[in-house]
Amino acid sequence: MTPSDPKDAAMTHPAPPLITTSVRLSADDGVAHEPVLTLKDISVFYGGYEAVRGVDMDMAGNQITALIGPSGCGKSTVLRSLNRMNDLIPGARVAGTISYHGQNLYAREVDPIELRRRIGMVFQKPNPFPKSIYDNIAYGPRVTGMKVTSMNDLVEQALRDAALWDEVKDKLKQSALALSGGQQQRLCIARTIAVRPEVILMDEPCSALDPIATGKIEDLMINLAADYTIVIVTHNMQQAARVSHRTAFFTAEVDEAGVRHGRLVEYEDTNKLFTNPNHKRTEDYITGRFG
Amino acid sequence: MTAAAAAREAVIAPPPSLTQRRIRPGELLFRLALQFCLLVAFAFLVALIVFAVYKGWNRLDARLWQNMPTGRASRVEAAGVQSAITGTLWVIALTALISLPTGIASAIYLEEYADNTRWYNRLLELNIQNLAGVPSIVFGILGLGLIARVIGLGFTVITAAVVLSLLVLPTVIIASREALRAVPQSIRQASYALGATRWQTTSRQVLPAAIPGMATGAILALSRALGEAAPLILLGAVTFIRFNPDSLLSTYTTLPIQIYNLIKEPQAEFQELAAAAIVLLLVILLLMNSVAIVIRNKFQKRW
Amino acid sequence: MAADITRPDVPAAGVRRGRSRPGERIIETLLVVAAVVSVATTIGIMASLFIPTVEFFGQVSIVEFFTKTMWTPLFADKHYGVLPLLVATLWVTAIAIVIAVPLGIGAAIYLSEYARPGTRKVLKPVLEILAGIPTVVYGFFALTFLNPVLIDWWPTANKPEFQNLLVAGIAMGIMIVPTVASLSEDAMSAVPRSLREGAYALASTKMQVSTRVVVPAALSGIVAAIVLGFSRALGETLIVTIAAGLKTADVPTSPIQGAATMTSYIAGAGQGDLPVDSLEYLTIFAVGATLFVFTFGLNALSIRLVRKFREVYE
Repeated sequence: MTPSDPKDAAMTHPAPPLITTSVRLSADDGVAHEPVLTLKDISVFYGGYEAVRGVDMDMAGNQITALIGPSGCGKSTVLRSLNRMNDLIPGARVAGTISYHGQNLYAREVDPIELRRRIGMVFQKPNPFPKSIYDNIAYGPRVTGMKVTSMNDLVEQALRDAALWDEVKDKLKQSALALSGGQQQRLCIARTIAVRPEVILMDEPCSALDPIATGKIEDLMINLAADYTIVIVTHNMQQAARVSHRTAFFTAEVDEAGVRHGRLVEYEDTNKLFTNPNHKRTEDYITGRFG
Repeated sequence: MTAAAAAREAVIAPPPSLTQRRIRPGELLFRLALQFCLLVAFAFLVALIVFAVYKGWNRLDARLWQNMPTGRASRVEAAGVQSAITGTLWVIALTALISLPTGIASAIYLEEYADNTRWYNRLLELNIQNLAGVPSIVFGILGLGLIARVIGLGFTVITAAVVLSLLVLPTVIIASREALRAVPQSIRQASYALGATRWQTTSRQVLPAAIPGMATGAILALSRALGEAAPLILLGAVTFIRFNPDSLLSTYTTLPIQIYNLIKEPQAEFQELAAAAIVLLLVILLLMNSVAIVIRNKFQKRW
Repeated sequence: MAADITRPDVPAAGVRRGRSRPGERIIETLLVVAAVVSVATTIGIMASLFIPTVEFFGQVSIVEFFTKTMWTPLFADKHYGVLPLLVATLWVTAIAIVIAVPLGIGAAIYLSEYARPGTRKVLKPVLEILAGIPTVVYGFFALTFLNPVLIDWWPTANKPEFQNLLVAGIAMGIMIVPTVASLSEDAMSAVPRSLREGAYALASTKMQVSTRVVVPAALSGIVAAIVLGFSRALGETLIVTIAAGLKTADVPTSPIQGAATMTSYIAGAGQGDLPVDSLEYLTIFAVGATLFVFTFGLNALSIRLVRKFREVYE
């Protein structure tokens, strides 16, 4: 092993600095960020199984919040409860309250369709519709019945915002499936932006992409944070360190009955969490000793 | 401000409130329309069964097990469908004996032995798919032109059974192949790794695991043969037969054909008898279908 | 206990090729023979259809066959124009398709997108039972139940005949609903879940997900289902024989007339005692060959569409 390899060095010598990628963003940027989403004592059940137990946290507006942790820790489950995607799974149930600007998301009077218009989502694997690039972007505005003066302008703007316009402007009528994986994922982000949500949830958006495509998406996320509140689930700690203002570390714990539940261990400013975590378990995870 | 930025501003019309649970009448209507589609199909099924039972009620008794009397128009009230029942038993038993071994063996060849990249194996596969779509009356023409006349088996039980076997062969093959495909590859590899030959692996590991799936397919194929009448119309089954078959070369009739014959008769008594025979046929088919469904549900997803 | 294990003395000796296993060879041969049966069937069908058909067209011009509008081979005054049979067939199949396509696709969307797993587990076997009802029973029901109702409700004085194409088409439409529904549902179920989630995340309603994402994505599979249903309808015999009758001669001008289709003509002519190798007898094969060519074309189209669909998602 070459000691010059920083990654390996971090694995074997858990001495500070704990994180090898410089943290680019900080939660404390001198601007007051109102919480957009507030989770109070959230537990998510699938049938009788409690997949996540007792999560309290809030996500600040125009910031990027990263959820990290080993697989099976419930980070994706929490993410999917934020725009009620869990509603689509038979038997799924959320206990506790999730407030969006003070409104309980799971209140009876809340319309999940309207909610998803405000809280968009980008998935792990790029999932463009088998339609043209143009129709992929136009889909959201069409189904939500947005009053649009010019659909062409809207499509162009969404693609520009997602840093995809220059690559696809000459082939808008071609199938989206012909794009590369990274382009498809940026198309999915553009598609989400096109309905003008306030929050964008991203579920491991780069896990199916190569490093160059990943870099482009990360740059895009940081740019989008100016206009959107972003919550990202990632299994890549370096990524969380690079792109997020605040990071929540989840892990799976076994309760007295021997059942595994996802738990939130620590939620901190990204800078703090990766340099000086409060919990031993966080430190163990980010230094690669478990997970 | 660029044109695009202007457009971006322009599209932001205030969205409807989050907490106004919108009533979407289109959604409700659409769901109702979908349910209506299924409802029509089921209403038809129920009406059909109820009507047959109602119409055949008077004749659903031991008289069904009588034979067509001579001078049938004069003694309609004593007429039954015995020769059709025994004819059906003969034909279906023979069809099972011919179609199941052939179909299962074909499926084993295609799934376990054949090299799918070879053109002749692909042709074989395509041929089976196409054969599955050939109208049943065309199989009757095959029986009429080739089996009854050229081969010279005549209008007999064996001709009917061969034709019905060929008719359901694609169904048996396709169902058996699916059952074989559902057996995980790891079981085959484990068997080969212990030094077993291909046939040892197939007969001792793969086939036992695939039997429930094959049984389901076999029952469904035979129930199709049981209800089939079109090819047999061309194969001499329509003449009123008053004797039970006693050999492969006997003349015969079957239940669906007997029903077809009775429907053509003007007397109301014969219509009732037709309805009673339909109830009998449906009960047999329903039983076979239920067995198939039970087997499928019981053995589904064991892997 | 290593001593108890007996191994071949020279371990490498047995692994050389050339050990023949005659049992294995015999079994493989038997399996191949079984597989060849289906090919022989196809060849047999072709031979039994086309040899007499060639003979038929030696006596009747193929142009007359496809263009003349009288079909009376069994009458004293013989004409051999197949159009009356073709038109009757098209009437019945068109009515069947008009009924089966909306019902079948509607049922498929419900089963694939709306029904809970428990509901689906009940509904699907019921559809299978509907598919398993013998066509002679459909024919009986159409003739003795549906048709009197139809005649009763008919708004104009020009009532449907005792046997007619319309009632046969209706019954046949219901008959092919399970075919269209179950194959369409297969196609819709094969649409990846991720596409549905993507659409829901863009604030789509269930109807929008179904009609704008799932149905378009499954379209070639759905079209294949319709084509196959069409082919089934074309080749069905008993419903038309019983409910639409065996009347030939002229081209039917309205679906409320009774008329023989291609299949019911074959069934009607085939149950009589036509002298073998007479021209009348040969018409069975000529009409059969025509029917075969049509259904073969439709089936080939359906198989192609399904393959195209699978290439996208599998």
